[in-house]
Amino acid sequence: MTHPNPTSGDARDDQTGRFVTQPNGHVRPLSPHISVWRWHITMAASILFRVTIGAMTVAALIALAWLAAAAAGPDAYAGALAFAGSPLGLFIGFGLTVVLFSFILNGARHLINDTGAALTIKPANLLSAIAVWGPIPLAVLFWIALFATGRVSL
Amino acid sequence: MVQLTLPKGSKPTTGKVFKAAPGSKDVKTYKVYRYDPEVDADPRWDVYEVPTGDHGPMLLDALIHIKNTIDPTLSFRRSCREGICGSCSMNIDGRNTLACTKGWDECQSSNITIAPLPHQPVVKDLVTDLSLFYAQYDSIQPYLQSDEPDPEKERLQSPADREKLDGLYECILCACCSTSCPSYWWNQEEYLGPAALLQSYRWISDSRDDATQKRLDDLEDPFKLYRCHTIMNCAQVCPKGLNPAKAIAETKKLMIAPGRKKQAA
Repeated sequence: MTHPNPTSGDARDDQTGRFVTQPNGHVRPLSPHISVWRWHITMAASILFRVTIGAMTVAALIALAWLAAAAAGPDAYAGALAFAGSPLGLFIGFGLTVVLFSFILNGARHLINDTGAALTIKPANLLSAIAVWGPIPLAVLFWIALFATGRVSL
Repeated sequence: MVQLTLPKGSKPTTGKVFKAAPGSKDVKTYKVYRYDPEVDADPRWDVYEVPTGDHGPMLLDALIHIKNTIDPTLSFRRSCREGICGSCSMNIDGRNTLACTKGWDECQSSNITIAPLPHQPVVKDLVTDLSLFYAQYDSIQPYLQSDEPDPEKERLQSPADREKLDGLYECILCACCSTSCPSYWWNQEEYLGPAALLQSYRWISDSRDDATQKRLDDLEDPFKLYRCHTIMNCAQVCPKGLNPAKAIAETKKLMIAPGRKKQAA
């Protein structure tokens, strides 16, 4: 089956004839979807996984910049470290750990679901809630550990 | 393809407001999607204020009351009024369900939005064109295919094998699940959707059916089956309490079962 084009009024590609021209000269309107939907936690977890994949790509670029700074020499590397230790750098670092934990928890959720387990509503809601809310306490604990062990300081 | 906003000509405008009589008690407000291809260029939201004492307990009772006494131009499908025909499926209060089995007192607020099944072409008001949905059901060949000669009486099945069909055969094809699925919203021409895949698994699971490998071959495609990302909206909204997401996961497991090999077409 091929894509119909709801805006063009051209029904040639629409084998089902769903988007045919009406007596008013328009094609049939598309009913509202995301604008009327009241979200479930499972849907939120799913879209968040997509978002974290995008954010992890940014994280990879930051890691690349860090390596590039190390390759460029001691001065550039010292500059990169100074930025990473600045309040803005630490804030970005905290954000990236939230994203990383979100990515791990959501990935684990998919791994469990792919075995056919936890696909009834209650366990699926529980796993999704863990994937959505879990990254925040995990990232806070991670940074408390970093500060407590003296690896990071303000 | 993902398109979060509605195309031109599909965005509902503000419509008429039908006020309740002054002094009415326990008034619920129904914001209903309206579109008449004979006269309207764009769809609109009409608002009906209805005292709950004027009609029965279900959303379908409220819609029938609106049509009978307030606005006879309102169109919607309905038939059995007991959750078995699947005609009155629509989006109520942000979730797909059957208007006949959803009580208005179960809704989150007293302002209840009633829209057609999401991301479908609208024929009129709450009536959508489900021809693609039915074509997809047809495509999974929803009938018994056996290599055995026709028996004199019925085809026998053990109680244990019969039990495997529980939770699968009860589907009433109301399309609540398929039209709740974001993957189906974005890829409905290629992805078969939860309802068709649940029914596909119903025949794959049937001990009397001998076309299991052929059925799996037909689904082995980047889109038909694998656009399910376990978003779970299907299972969350199914008015019959069925679980297409689980059926799809089981189908995916059979796809990678040891010894399975796709037959050449």
